[in-house]
Amino acid sequence: MDFQVVVLAGGTSKKLVPLVSKEVPKALLPVANRPVLSYVLELLELSNLKDLIVVVEGEDAALSVGGWISGAYADRLHVEVAAVPEDVGTAGALRAISHHLTANDILVVSGDIVSDVPPGAVAAAHRRHDAVVTAMLCSAPVSGPSESGSSSGKDKSKKYGRYNIIGLDPTKQFLLYIATGGELEKDVRIQKSILRAVGQMEIQSDLMDAHLYAFKRSVLQEVLDQKETFQSLKQDVLPYLVRSQLVSLMRFLHDSSQVLSQTLANASTPSFHQQYSAPVRRTHKCCVYIANNRNYCARLNSIQAFSDINRDVIGEARNLSGYSFSAQNNIIHPSAELGSKTTVGPHCMLGEGSQMGDKCSVKRSVIGRHCRIGSNVKVVNSVVMNHVTIGDGCSIQGSVICSNVQLQERVVLKDCQVGAGCVVNANTESKGEAFYRKEK
Amino acid sequence: MEAPKTIAHEIGGVQNDALRFGLHGVKSDIVGSHPLESSFQSTRKTNEEIKRKFLANTYGSAFPLRMDLDMQILSRFQRPPGAIPSSMLGLEAMTGSLDNFGFEDYLNDPRESEVLRPLDMHHGMEVRLGVSKGPVCSKELQLFNGATSTPHFRQTLTLKPYNPKKVPSMDARRTPRTVIDPKVRHVGFFAPPDRSHTAPPDPVSSSTSSSPPVTDISPTGNSLSPVMIPPPRHSSDNRPIPYPPVPASPLRRDSIAPGSYNPSDFYSATSPTASSYVSRMVAGEGEFSDDVVALSPGRVARGSLVKTVAGPAASSFPGGGFNLTAVKASSVPVSGLTTVSVVNLPPGIAEKTGGASVQVQNDGPANVKPQKEKSTKAERRALQEAQRAAKAAAKAEGSKAPAAASAATTSVNVKPAKATKVPSQKNETTSVAASEKKGGDRPPEKDRKKDVPHPRMQYDDKSRVEKAKRRSVVKQTEARNRVELFRHLPQYEHGTQLPDLEAKFFQLDPMHPAVYKAGLQYLSGDISGGNARCVAMLSAFQAAIKDYSTPPEKTLSRDLTAKISSYVSFINECKPLSISMGNAIRFLKSRIAKLPLSLSESEAKTSLQLDIDRFISEKIILADKVIVKHAVTKVRDGDVLLTYGSSSAVEMMLLHAHELGKQFRVVVVDSRPKLEGQLLLRRLVGKGLSCTYTHINAVTYIIHEVTRVFLGASSILSNGTVYSRVGTACIAMVAHKFRVPVLVCCEAYKFHERVQLDSICSNELGDPDAIAKFPGREEIKSLNEWTNSENLQLLNLRQV
Repeated sequence: MDFQVVVLAGGTSKKLVPLVSKEVPKALLPVANRPVLSYVLELLELSNLKDLIVVVEGEDAALSVGGWISGAYADRLHVEVAAVPEDVGTAGALRAISHHLTANDILVVSGDIVSDVPPGAVAAAHRRHDAVVTAMLCSAPVSGPSESGSSSGKDKSKKYGRYNIIGLDPTKQFLLYIATGGELEKDVRIQKSILRAVGQMEIQSDLMDAHLYAFKRSVLQEVLDQKETFQSLKQDVLPYLVRSQLVSLMRFLHDSSQVLSQTLANASTPSFHQQYSAPVRRTHKCCVYIANNRNYCARLNSIQAFSDINRDVIGEARNLSGYSFSAQNNIIHPSAELGSKTTVGPHCMLGEGSQMGDKCSVKRSVIGRHCRIGSNVKVVNSVVMNHVTIGDGCSIQGSVICSNVQLQERVVLKDCQVGAGCVVNANTESKGEAFYRKEK
Repeated sequence: MEAPKTIAHEIGGVQNDALRFGLHGVKSDIVGSHPLESSFQSTRKTNEEIKRKFLANTYGSAFPLRMDLDMQILSRFQRPPGAIPSSMLGLEAMTGSLDNFGFEDYLNDPRESEVLRPLDMHHGMEVRLGVSKGPVCSKELQLFNGATSTPHFRQTLTLKPYNPKKVPSMDARRTPRTVIDPKVRHVGFFAPPDRSHTAPPDPVSSSTSSSPPVTDISPTGNSLSPVMIPPPRHSSDNRPIPYPPVPASPLRRDSIAPGSYNPSDFYSATSPTASSYVSRMVAGEGEFSDDVVALSPGRVARGSLVKTVAGPAASSFPGGGFNLTAVKASSVPVSGLTTVSVVNLPPGIAEKTGGASVQVQNDGPANVKPQKEKSTKAERRALQEAQRAAKAAAKAEGSKAPAAASAATTSVNVKPAKATKVPSQKNETTSVAASEKKGGDRPPEKDRKKDVPHPRMQYDDKSRVEKAKRRSVVKQTEARNRVELFRHLPQYEHGTQLPDLEAKFFQLDPMHPAVYKAGLQYLSGDISGGNARCVAMLSAFQAAIKDYSTPPEKTLSRDLTAKISSYVSFINECKPLSISMGNAIRFLKSRIAKLPLSLSESEAKTSLQLDIDRFISEKIILADKVIVKHAVTKVRDGDVLLTYGSSSAVEMMLLHAHELGKQFRVVVVDSRPKLEGQLLLRRLVGKGLSCTYTHINAVTYIIHEVTRVFLGASSILSNGTVYSRVGTACIAMVAHKFRVPVLVCCEAYKFHERVQLDSICSNELGDPDAIAKFPGREEIKSLNEWTNSENLQLLNLRQV
């Protein structure tokens, strides 16, 4: 179908700092005990896209990601990994590999999407409209554990940075305006010419840009070449294309035979581009594909999102995880050992070789492989990664415990993040803190 | 086929017209006909029926229909009612009754009767004009007449310009309305209104003398007929060809236009643009083949290269393992790409995941094919047995057993059969197992081509529908609450197809992107209208041909035809083909079939692309120009022109007339649910025409001020029936009633030899929900839940 796929796997994101480290870049963060990148790769594999370019920030991260892919996807996918320097941004990453892009259209996927929206749908919408760029939008996820309701204030502040202001035409096919909520000041500035051409515009803030774009290759390369300062696809390239869609400066847009295109244009349902005196001015189209509400789509771009996605994947979006659930709606690996009077509730996952003592209770949590959990431990709404040792009498709520962490007896953590390799002393009680391992 | 046992009591006929024909005797009602008489009549009818069936079987079902048509026409060559009866020579020759010489020819001839009632000429004329009822003459004089038993044809359009001063004369041949006759049909433009014309429905003959040259392109359009005009020599290939001066005589055209038109003749080296085009094509070709052969380091394993490269790549990293240091050393700084995982598919997996590759293709055709041919019958038998065993084993294992397990079991079975064949049995056996599991080892492309749902498949035939559904690319769920009368037409739940097809975007490997795009656009309704759909399809095919390369050991003409057929079936699944598209496809296929074998692949492709270009420019663009040029002469100052829907030819005509400075007004009539007229209105108003917009229910009101009606058509059938958007017949009938001339603008490539008597047999069903919804008026909700009520069925017909 003449599409090339670029997966932007990112590097060690600063937003996820206690969780990611040099050994575990963002792409390899476990979601239900599988690296988050595997969700994207499998989604693409399901769509018969087996030829991928994975771009990773930083040499070290690239090595570890490449190592993992070659182990997990040998014989299944043809993956090429490119390492780009850190802090070049998404646009910079694409610029670095731009000479490898040869197909007509490029599908750019962020490596941190957990979704079941078929990328083919985006590509099809892109082709159908002959668009220059097509972005996938999905309804913004509800943040935070839905039933707790306690941390609503915090959610709101987090959500503020994440939501987008998106302007659509009445048919919801064309993108007229896009801005992230964070960079927005008080007012939204919309170009008069676009508004005049389209007549009516819907502005929505409940949609999220899923970072899955289809670009026309020639345009993308041209923009990247011309605008050297562009750093991010979302904040620079996409708004630029959207802004300039009625006064296109692109060289490549060629008009075919006048009469023919006129016949075709008259017969097809005109978009506002044509009504805007098409023969004189060159225009290009920026389209959107709005994912169905039934489909799941989320991005792992914050700590909150990390725990949300972990919860969802073993909860409501269970078809994504690829595991088979037991009758109790949970996944317990056969090699896991449970002590007496230990309960594992629904929407839980227990990795292989993990041991739990007596009288423990686990609710809506993911526990990784080879963890050793003592007696009388409560784990609620949390993610515990691999090789974690938890002492007796601990209580963990809404927290993320990274690999190789040791929690001593009677630690009480609420909404905390514990970085890899930390040791938390006995009887610590903390709320909303992040623990790092001290660099030596 | 039994004749009635009683003599018909003709109500409103002769027997009741007591004033003219005397009192009616009831004897015939009571007594009943003689058994001999009735059996005599039924024999004749049966024989006729058998003969028709024979003809239909031999020549196709259109043939007897055409004969009926001829019969109707011939039966209208009559003398005016009077003393001398019509001889009906043509009709008798046609039916063969001329050869029969029965006793009624010399005995009991009513004309020789002494008591012959003088024929009432006035009555006969009244009957013919439809003023009164009854046979033209008294019953005894009626010879066997095919026309009396013809079914009433549905309303068709009369193109005859109406002249109010000219009262229908007593010339029986030109009477506009006769009860027993089908309506007069004239197709194409014919200029002189006073030309006596006996309405043969053949468009070619009707337009030869006076119409401009392009309208007499042969209506079937399946080949380049001798009347085709080649493009003028000075034209370049991507500029629209300027309208050539109308030749003074058709003879001159003949001298230029040969049936064996060779594009290389025309685009000879003298024309610089054309030759550059050719060379560009060749260059593109070279680039393409380069791409396949060269192993560019950046993108080693793309597309078909995967298999060839996978071997060495995998061998350098044994076991698919990944050596970090090796990669680090080998990664070129320029490319920055490291291949960390290579698809090293054993063919079985390729078969399973790709779903589109074939067993033969897996191992590369070069090394398997000859071996395959070598295998003896016994070996093939053994292989078949093994496959059967494998299937049984796989079944026994149940669905939970992984594919590898079944492959392992089969490998034991297959080995003896295969040992002679291929040294590396493992790949082969897995592929066999996998393909066996899939249940089909035929090439899928052929498969699809073979089982294309015929465009006119009867959709109430359940088994066929099932079969077609299994093969189809576009998943279609049948709509509920379908109208019983239209069950034979495909009708699907709308709204489910598009997302499904979109989701499958990357799975459809054999589909060319351009064809896929066209299909999507049809499905989503982005493109509608005969010309646009045809042009979009042809352009897609052109792109597909450009990227086409013949697989080894296949011939271009056969393989490309198969490819095009698979594309066509895909497009047909997206939306039923229009007749114009069908004609274009037939043209393309015939061009492919007629390609000389001596042509190289690139030459053949270039010639096909030029053919498509030529088809578009001549049959569509040039035809439209000619139509516009001629139709504009029918527009006079002060006219009020009515048009319905949105026809590209009519639109061009209106714009051209406006450019010429004619003073006229346009009435755009529109109908729900598509409301295409609004787009036309917007464009016309944008160009400064004065327009009135109304919906079809107001047409009787607006027709009073209209002086001409211009309509577009999606096709014109060989009996002169105009096939167009639903509502067109309504407009035409209203116009007829109000004595407004109706002109139909239709390009000749849309003509079709089909005969269609109603709009039921073949039609297109739209989304019934579209009728129930009122965009912009959400407060109307009465039909919101209509699918839940058993007794309500909505019908959204597209064509009439």
